[in-house]
Amino acid sequence: MKVLQVIDQAFRTTVEEQDDTILWLTQSMRGAGGDLQVLLSGHGVHYAVLNQRQPPLVLGTWKQSQPAELVRDLTNLTESGVPVYAVREDLEERGLAGLPLQAGVELVSRAGLADLYERVDQIWQW
Amino acid sequence: MSDLKTLTFAFMDPPFESERTVTFFRLLDAALERGASVRVFAYEGAVALAFARQAPHGNAVHGRDAAEEDHPLTREWIRALQEKAAAKDLSFEWINCGLCVDERGVNDVIDGCGRGGPPDLWRYASDAFNTLTIGTR
Repeated sequence: MKVLQVIDQAFRTTVEEQDDTILWLTQSMRGAGGDLQVLLSGHGVHYAVLNQRQPPLVLGTWKQSQPAELVRDLTNLTESGVPVYAVREDLEERGLAGLPLQAGVELVSRAGLADLYERVDQIWQW
Repeated sequence: MSDLKTLTFAFMDPPFESERTVTFFRLLDAALERGASVRVFAYEGAVALAFARQAPHGNAVHGRDAAEEDHPLTREWIRALQEKAAAKDLSFEWINCGLCVDERGVNDVIDGCGRGGPPDLWRYASDAFNTLTIGTR
């Protein structure tokens, strides 16, 4: 079974969880043998052009020591063979189209989404 | 077409915060009503849905004590769905993401709800007729 994980919400709980929960879930299920792909759409396309780790949260004398490393998490996915796509028009609408994409991320047009969906058995919209 | 199917649900929202939670439970009830067995993977805040220490309270604004207010509790909704499934000879399985449980301190869950992780979601989804994911917003 092939599943496409659609991440439409960016930076959801990334401070508290120190990762993106769906990228984490994908990595974990990949380790359990899951055949998964990732589609970054909507605000999720921000992940495709990230180039730095999240800054640590500081509250009074408390400072976060392990902020999220979304660049690393996406790289881990692509290097392990998980296809990662980003919607071209969603990048353009947010003024992100001119920024370099993370290695391994492929652009897909909105018109191409139907073909992408046809290539998997289930689509999980998060 | 078979009447007996298994549907998997992955849900992220906590109790008492979102209308999605009510809708999610209505979908579970509807699935059982239509003869489908149900498997739930509770992720992030949704692990609190099965927390055994949820307690009803009175409501002074409503002018009712705890018994009169009869405040809805998601642990009771889960129990009711477990009983509905059993009455219809269907299965109703529920697994909480263990790490999500630990970080929230909601380890004490009602009977019939277990602890697991993403491999359980993958197993649930692989065996099910279909899977519905409902992420938080």
